[in-house]
Amino acid sequence: MKVLELKGVEKSYRLRRFFGRGESLRVLRGVSLSLFENEVLGLVGESGCGKSTLARIALALEAPDAGEVLFLGHNFWTLARGERKRLRPKFQAVFQDPAASLNPRKKIEDLVSEPLRLQGVNRKTAREEAEKLIEMVGLSADVLPRFPHQLSGGQRQRVALARALISRPRVIVLDEPTSALDVSVQAQILTLLKDLKDQFGLSYLFISHDLPVVLFMSDRVGVMYLGEVVEIGPRDVFLNGKLHPYTELLLSSVPGRRKRKGPQTIGEPPSLLRLPPGCVFHPRCPEAVEICRKTAPELREIGPRHMVACHRR
Amino acid sequence: MQPRSDGVAAVEPRAREGVPLLRIEALGLCFIPKRYALLDKVDLEIFPGEILGLVGESGCGKSLTGLACLGLFPSGVKPFSGRVLFKGKDLLCLPEKEVRAYRGRRVALIFQEPLNALNPVFTVGYQIEEVLKLHRGLRGEAARAEAIRLLSEVRLPDPETRIRNYPHELSGGMRQRAMIAMALAGEPELLVADEPTTALDVTVQAQILDLLLELRERRGLAILFISHDLALIREVADRVAVMYAGEVVEVAGKDELFENPRHPYTEALLSARPEFGTRKLRLLPGQVPSPGKWPAGCRFAPRCRERELRCEEEHPEMRPVGPGHAVRCFRR
Ligand SMILES: Nc1ncnc2c1ncn2[C@@H]1O[C@H](COP(=O)(O)OP(=O)(O)OP(=O)(O)O)[C@@H](O)[C@H]1O
Ligand SMILES: Nc1ncnc2c1ncn2[C@@H]1O[C@H](COP(=O)(O)OP(=O)(O)O)[C@@H](O)[C@H]1O
Ligand code: SF4
Ligand code: SF4
Ligand SMILES: [Mg+2]
Ligand SMILES: [Mg+2]
Repeated sequence: MKVLELKGVEKSYRLRRFFGRGESLRVLRGVSLSLFENEVLGLVGESGCGKSTLARIALALEAPDAGEVLFLGHNFWTLARGERKRLRPKFQAVFQDPAASLNPRKKIEDLVSEPLRLQGVNRKTAREEAEKLIEMVGLSADVLPRFPHQLSGGQRQRVALARALISRPRVIVLDEPTSALDVSVQAQILTLLKDLKDQFGLSYLFISHDLPVVLFMSDRVGVMYLGEVVEIGPRDVFLNGKLHPYTELLLSSVPGRRKRKGPQTIGEPPSLLRLPPGCVFHPRCPEAVEICRKTAPELREIGPRHMVACHRR
Repeated sequence: MQPRSDGVAAVEPRAREGVPLLRIEALGLCFIPKRYALLDKVDLEIFPGEILGLVGESGCGKSLTGLACLGLFPSGVKPFSGRVLFKGKDLLCLPEKEVRAYRGRRVALIFQEPLNALNPVFTVGYQIEEVLKLHRGLRGEAARAEAIRLLSEVRLPDPETRIRNYPHELSGGMRQRAMIAMALAGEPELLVADEPTTALDVTVQAQILDLLLELRERRGLAILFISHDLALIREVADRVAVMYAGEVVEVAGKDELFENPRHPYTEALLSARPEFGTRKLRLLPGQVPSPGKWPAGCRFAPRCRERELRCEEEHPEMRPVGPGHAVRCFRR
């Protein structure tokens, strides 16, 4: 069953005249993807490729300009207010910097129980539930009366998880949840995420720029480049399969796996304001040929559940 | 560099002979307002043309050690023991004026966020030219030409145009290149690189690492490469020092450290990061104790699977366990 589906999602932001008049930044261009029940779908890509924008749309924090967002099969933005309100708690988020997402003036117990209180649950029940969840994320009840700044980064991320879990969601969107943490704390949080997923029957959209971490967590992986999904497939194809040239570039940049075969024509991604014609990756692609400069490739299936947007795959 | 048969450029381990370029001896730093130690008896040596990796979790004292190489100490932080010897001269005893002349000229610093190092109101070119004027007496046309040369040396595209850009007009990777160019302007012999790629994408990170390796080859630059990520250290370092709670707990040649790690902390760091393609992780429970709360015995004891009674009572000293390999642990 698909718990979350995006169909042809488009999103642009209008820029101020500072950058030239009336220009708009096409941040997402026709993104489609599905998240299945009990699945972890990983999403990788370089900074600015639209991962966080996609996350906000997948959480219905923002509406797409075009395309559909389906929550548990319901087309979210066409639903009545009451229906939307009922569905929202089923979709929760955890972001990179819990310091920014947790109100610094609230105590941990209030932060964790707040979502239930907002749904009209009484104080006592909400508090008991908060205590239970704090323990499930591996903290002890003595953090409850503290404030976020009194906790370490890893502890704050656990609090953010408890707060997300208290509404008993179906889906959690995790946007760079361990990027600000030390490797040892990252290992603790990743392991916890896996345990919680099984315990609560969750599905994750797991966003990170760290490919080994994404491969560690995910059942399927999507690769984004300049606002498009250029490849999506089961995790294993990323370990040994024919891949999109951009994915190959990402893989060969991972520390410890780098092939130093002289200068690689990799450069940096172009600006979203001046997208190249044809395949948007062609200026950096070592395999680009004539057609790549003219025609944009479509996502095609090249193996079981493995889709690639490239003329040469 | 000798090309290997598989096409991978092999980095020869640097010889550890001769006089170290920089030698930190039993350095202790104290946080004056609270009267506790931040660094404790840190010993490190960096040889000419060598890349020494310094690794450890956040708060272990890597950045403070890096700053000490420049004779810099944040406010409230004072050395209480030891020496920082650059070619035999102790920076801690030199008059401030001489230390200032040494900074930028002999040793330069680059760090994670170039935006904080570059002044937002001046162009990149102006800032590099200022360093050239200060340290090498270059002015006008000569300074401009040298700034352009430096920017092309760090492979910034279109250096003639970029020289007129302000820092915010460059991408993160370009800013890091500009900061490296500025660091090179004084022709230093040692570069302290404190998490220089943490804020960058992997693709850009790979390019910056290549650049640092290239600079070492071309200029014989020694580099103290600070990172919390052993995978990165493995890419660039010749030797590695592992820090934990304000002290060095293991030092070894790179290959030796990765193939034969001795300290339980080093082992734990090595297996905490998801390896490419595996689904296995070994958990390292707990976290680094803060300064002022260091355990009396082995500082790693509360997190160590192998601790014994003695570990909680006595503080282990560094002990040689092989050529160029030393470890601070009773049991290894
Ligand atoms: N509200 C907004 N207004 C204008 N531009 C925006 C807005 N939000 C995002 N953008 C732009 O959209 C692009 C994609 O941003 P997004 O934050 O989704 O990237 P990302 O892939 O999450 O990057 P990172 O890895 O750095 O987190 C960027 O160029 C960004 O500057
Ligand atoms: N200016 C300072 N004043 C007081 N304590 C400091 C200062 N700078 C760093 N510390 C403390 O010293 C320890 C080591 O810091 P640092 O060298 O920045 O660690 P790392 O770079 O390994 O993350 C940390 O516990 C930190 O809180
Ligand atoms: S379509 Fe062409 S340019 Fe684009 S990734 Fe494939 S080969 Fe490279
Ligand atoms: S001295 Fe003891 S506690 Fe410390 S690392 Fe060695 S075995 Fe572990
Ligand atoms: Mg983001
Ligand atoms: Mg630091």
